[in-house]
Amino acid sequence: MKNKILEWVDDRFPLTKTFNEHLGQYYVPKNFNMWYFFGSLAIMMLVIQIVSGIFLTMNYKPDGLSAFGSVEYIMRDVEWGWLIRYMHSTGASFFFIVIYLHMFRGLLYGSYKKPRELVWMIGVGIFLLLMAEAFMGYLLPWGQMSYWGAQVIISLFGAVPFIGPELALWIRGDFVVADATLNRFFAFHVIAAPLVLLGLVVVHITALHEVGSNNPDGIDIKKDKDENGIPRDGIPFHPYYTVKDAFGASLFLIFFCAVMFFWPEGGGYFIEAPNFVPADPLKTPDHIAPVWYFTPFYTILRAIPSIAGSPFPGVVAMGASTLIFLLLPWLDRSPVKSIRYRSTTFKLWVTMFVIVFFILGYLGTKAPSPVFNIIGQICTVLYFAFFVCMPWYTKNEKCKPVPERVTNK
Amino acid sequence: MSDGVDHSKRRTLTIAAGAAGGVGAAFTAVPFVASMLPSAKAQAAGAPVEIDISRMEPGQRITAEWRGKPVWVIRRTKEQLKGLDDIVPYLRDPNSELPMQPDYAENAYRSIREEFVVLVGICTHLGCSPTFRPEVIAADLGEEWRGGFFCPCHGSKFDLAGRVFNGVPAPKNLEIPRHKFISDTVILVGADDQGVA
Repeated sequence: MKNKILEWVDDRFPLTKTFNEHLGQYYVPKNFNMWYFFGSLAIMMLVIQIVSGIFLTMNYKPDGLSAFGSVEYIMRDVEWGWLIRYMHSTGASFFFIVIYLHMFRGLLYGSYKKPRELVWMIGVGIFLLLMAEAFMGYLLPWGQMSYWGAQVIISLFGAVPFIGPELALWIRGDFVVADATLNRFFAFHVIAAPLVLLGLVVVHITALHEVGSNNPDGIDIKKDKDENGIPRDGIPFHPYYTVKDAFGASLFLIFFCAVMFFWPEGGGYFIEAPNFVPADPLKTPDHIAPVWYFTPFYTILRAIPSIAGSPFPGVVAMGASTLIFLLLPWLDRSPVKSIRYRSTTFKLWVTMFVIVFFILGYLGTKAPSPVFNIIGQICTVLYFAFFVCMPWYTKNEKCKPVPERVTNK
Repeated sequence: MSDGVDHSKRRTLTIAAGAAGGVGAAFTAVPFVASMLPSAKAQAAGAPVEIDISRMEPGQRITAEWRGKPVWVIRRTKEQLKGLDDIVPYLRDPNSELPMQPDYAENAYRSIREEFVVLVGICTHLGCSPTFRPEVIAADLGEEWRGGFFCPCHGSKFDLAGRVFNGVPAPKNLEIPRHKFISDTVILVGADDQGVA
């Protein structure tokens, strides 16, 4: 019976074929470690955000007068509304944790290198879009931090030479961040961005499955196939990695639920305290800081001094600090992919980059001070140095010999 | 154990893990499904309402709103109560056998106190609100008319106890909400001694 139905469907839609192509007979290196959980976890976070978001939309009102009240209504009056909202707000932070770790995995094992340049670039596109999505979503609760955060970020567009003020006005749809801004951000946040995001995720995975997954040894498993044309170091994604990823998801969900239930404000980093006060266009909170996942780039923005009274150079630097990831496949000239077999020099650069990223992130949550500004400027220089110097420190790198077959470390 | 794999153990573990996951998914679905129920605000707005009947004249009808629906209180005159007895042959469910009322209203005049009837003013056909036609003789409503309600949408007719006439589209008597007399002059609609509706 089951087979008959499947046959009927397969004659009309490539169900079994698609399943085999992407799961049942998609061969994946057998030596994946914990770092390889974060791809599927990112998909899970996307699903959590979409589902919780749909249910929030049922009670949220994208209206300057009622938005803040409707969020409180969700928190207090809607059955389980508090849980759905905390799921969404905690989900945003965890989504970025997962994405940052996923990207770092790519850096560790050279997953951006040939032939996976497009996989990496599409991924960077997803990351950029995710930042836009999070930024627009953050305006919706219409608290003080929502409002002034949006005010600051939109003002950045006002720094663009010549067209800046008109551009900012056009983005806001009013002379300040106002009801029109909220309404259009709602439209982008709930439909436009998620739609593109989903499309990009499909493209990301399609591109990945075309070239095949990298692995912690950075070895191309397709070079060594058995008589049936199956990579000797490969195992089918299903059931091996569906089960492994399900296990990873369970572990991850324990952490996620612990935060969602017991620590949803994340000590003021996941939901910032001023956001419990309704938006007031006449009064800025004492200290404005973006949510933690934007702070490294925010520090870079603040670190660059104005030139001729224009903050535009900082804006350019901030934009460049995210876009520069796109160039990584060409900046890294080492033939070896995995950090396991790369030089100490490279390892030191990566270590430095991680430390600098954390310092930049920390500084972005703090009010500016002269000492912090200098540290921020040094870290900004080092941040860019990691990328800009990469062609030189990777060109004649002394790498260890890469094994023929994957190891099971 | 042909290839060194204990298939029965594997099957047991797969089923166990799948079942645990299924239970988890079911529990996860609960908050989402429950969030679509009326919120605390909607429930508060749907709380029982008090209706002051101290100034009602005999023959008068007043309308209150409960859960967004019109609720009528009619203070019936002696003649109108008499008319309810006369009209019985023309009714579909004169003894209120269908469960359209709490048991304390399952009587001839469908009321706790004979004079006062409480009705949800929504036609049991397709949800229009019938008009109040208290006159004893109405040329357009037939010679048996003794006062009642006429639905303008599809012509359903009800008497002054909300009982439906034979041969009209409406299938059932008008609903009587749960209610009680808090005092001689105040009716509470939406709750009775057995609890809140």
